[in-house]
Amino acid sequence: MEFALCDLKVGQSSRVVSVNARGDILRRLLDIGIVNGTKIKCVLKSPLGDPTAFLIRGAVIALRKEDSSNIMVKSELPSLVVSDNGTDITIGRSKCHRN
Amino acid sequence: MGLTLQSVGANATEIDIKNKIPKSTKVIALAGNPNVGKSTLFNKITGLKQHTGNWTGKTVTNAKGEYKDKEHHFTFVDIPGTYSLIAHSTEEEVARDFLVFGKPDLTVVVCDATCLERNLNLVLQVSEICPKLVVCVNLLDEAQKKGIYVDLKLLSQKLGLPVVGTSAQNGKGVKELINTISKTEKGCYENLKRVKVTYPEIIEKAITELETKLDNITAFFNNRWIAIRILENDASFIHKLEQHFGFSVTENIRLKDTILNVKNMLEEAGIDEITFKKYLVSGIVLSAEAICDEKTVQFKNADYKSRDLKIDRFLTGRITGPICMLLLLAVVFWITISVANYPSALLWQFFSFLEEKLFGFAISIGLPSIIADMIFHGALRVLFWVVSVMLPPMAIFFPLFTLLEDFGYLPRIAFNLDRGFKSCSACGKQALTMCMGFGCNAAGVTGCRIIDSKRERLIAIITNSFVPCNGRFPMLIAIISMFFINGNEGSILSTLILTAVILLGIGASFLVSKILALTLLKGETSSFTLELPPYRKPKIGSVIVRSMFDRTIFVLLRAISVAAPAGLLIWILANSSINGATLLSHISGFLEPFGRALGMDGVILLGFILGFPANEIVIPIIIMAYMGGGTLNEYTSLFELKNLFINNGWTTTTAICTIVFSLMHWPCSTTVLTAKKETGSFYWSFITFITPTVCGALLCFIINLVSSLF
Repeated sequence: MEFALCDLKVGQSSRVVSVNARGDILRRLLDIGIVNGTKIKCVLKSPLGDPTAFLIRGAVIALRKEDSSNIMVKSELPSLVVSDNGTDITIGRSKCHRN
Repeated sequence: MGLTLQSVGANATEIDIKNKIPKSTKVIALAGNPNVGKSTLFNKITGLKQHTGNWTGKTVTNAKGEYKDKEHHFTFVDIPGTYSLIAHSTEEEVARDFLVFGKPDLTVVVCDATCLERNLNLVLQVSEICPKLVVCVNLLDEAQKKGIYVDLKLLSQKLGLPVVGTSAQNGKGVKELINTISKTEKGCYENLKRVKVTYPEIIEKAITELETKLDNITAFFNNRWIAIRILENDASFIHKLEQHFGFSVTENIRLKDTILNVKNMLEEAGIDEITFKKYLVSGIVLSAEAICDEKTVQFKNADYKSRDLKIDRFLTGRITGPICMLLLLAVVFWITISVANYPSALLWQFFSFLEEKLFGFAISIGLPSIIADMIFHGALRVLFWVVSVMLPPMAIFFPLFTLLEDFGYLPRIAFNLDRGFKSCSACGKQALTMCMGFGCNAAGVTGCRIIDSKRERLIAIITNSFVPCNGRFPMLIAIISMFFINGNEGSILSTLILTAVILLGIGASFLVSKILALTLLKGETSSFTLELPPYRKPKIGSVIVRSMFDRTIFVLLRAISVAAPAGLLIWILANSSINGATLLSHISGFLEPFGRALGMDGVILLGFILGFPANEIVIPIIIMAYMGGGTLNEYTSLFELKNLFINNGWTTTTAICTIVFSLMHWPCSTTVLTAKKETGSFYWSFITFITPTVCGALLCFIINLVSSLF
């Protein structure tokens, strides 16, 4: 099942299915190596609940909800092998999307 | 806080550095992701003391340094840390422009061994641009501690590039790095088959087509890279190319059609600009992933982040996070206040003694007493005051702060506070620039370059001076201890009051950010990514040395250079009369009604005005003015100082208003000039000047009004 990265709970792991951002946000996300198939683990929430810190390719990076809501992921259990499907599938807005 | 000459831009290197140095000297660029110890390595090699810190975005301009031994002469250029060369922030542009147009003889890409894979993205990008390249895998010691082992030989094989392992902090591998640089520069590794990032067939076809066309037109060294940027429609780079070539690449007759054709071809295949960009990055990222397989990088300890995570859960916890932040702030102030008192008093006694001896000596060798008076009781006294009041708190505050910075705490502050900044439509990284402001607002303003969005950067610049800089701390501490602490009641209470004052400043900076975002600087909040670097154990020795030389001395010298002339001026004003009254009393008389309206008096306002070059001299100016030209007593304790102030009509309201005004008034001239340099606009530097002034005046006026009701 796919959901937005901002809905990932602390301690859970996931794999990126699609990045639905444009412009500056897209560049930023690509910069830190978020492409389809990237493994992302949620590690921390800031005291006020946002931003959230994720473990991405060995680095801990904080993202705001507005930005992480653009990344669709599917949850990954440590034992499960998930195949990387490179196609972009745009689905409806997640519940934490801007507005 | 980065208070170095480099960070203020005095030693920033331009792109055309190669034309300015002898041909025999080779230019070596140091590139790398942010916070991989590039600056530390740079310092180790060149022996320079460029400021380093455990947070992303420390180096915002190029810095250069020399390396010389019997065989080699290199000029090293430390370029800003970037994740990528697909530039969209100032520092990334600086880095990219230097690598592409500065044409260094060789580039060293410094990588973090603890997260090599991500660092390889930059290696792969730089290897597309630069003909000569050495990969330096730094922080090997730290990686080892975390159970991460990098097979350097295998990495070198896979990349087809020379690879050197280093631990820059203790100098391990630096010599080998120099040797490898020298060998590579001479062409020893040219037979290695360099890894090449490949993209899907259709994209490769498009790139090759444009590349071939470019080859006919320009003998630029890497047309493949340029072709990719043109297809990607990287506006800022295309603009730079235009400047470089002297003609528009996209408008060129021989290129225009090819570009259109190729773009059409891509579009027909369903690849628009955004998809193209995603393919580009995927190509690089997946190549990096393939190189960093489990053979190249071995994790002996699977959960190597666990220690950092435990610390993070505490320092950014829902309840513990804010408490720790406040406590750390208070403890730093408490140590500063309680320890600084004694050396301050000792220094002041010593200087008073010295002043009298020097004065006596000057008279005895026949110097006219008026001149001696002017020099020793005017210029020198203010100078001595500034040194004795400023040096001890700074010498304590800066090392403490540098410790926190080295440990890696500052990005956590930004992480904790980002939500607040977001609700003010500002950037969380503003917390970092505010921290820099504690040291020096000018450095804070320069530091605002780490904020990508122009709108959010301006907000950070304008509100930076709401955080009291080190030049204003002594004044705040002195007034608090005089008026709100009875006798020796202790430093705890003054710490609490000082912390409250700082929080008032921080609160004001949030409020003003919000107001700015609603009025002058409307706009959407931009995207935000903040790296939380691994915690590092600070090296006490280097922290002390660095904070002393880098920051304390730097700030002190600036204050001293202003203090002596200001002392001279105020002495002259206090000692020359027109119509039976001194010039000083004329001026302060003129300012009196304004000062009164703000709960202060003319002299205090004059102090703030004359303190425009440096806030440190405000209090000494006030003292000098109150003491007048005639009666010269030595004030050895704050208690006597308090009497002086009370005799000149100070009340609790005066003290409160002076504190508030010192927290919120025009930033010092250096800060305003820096704002001018950073924003490139008179308008925004004027806003930077006027915003805190209006806030301070308004607040003081209200406080005065309210207190007069009782």
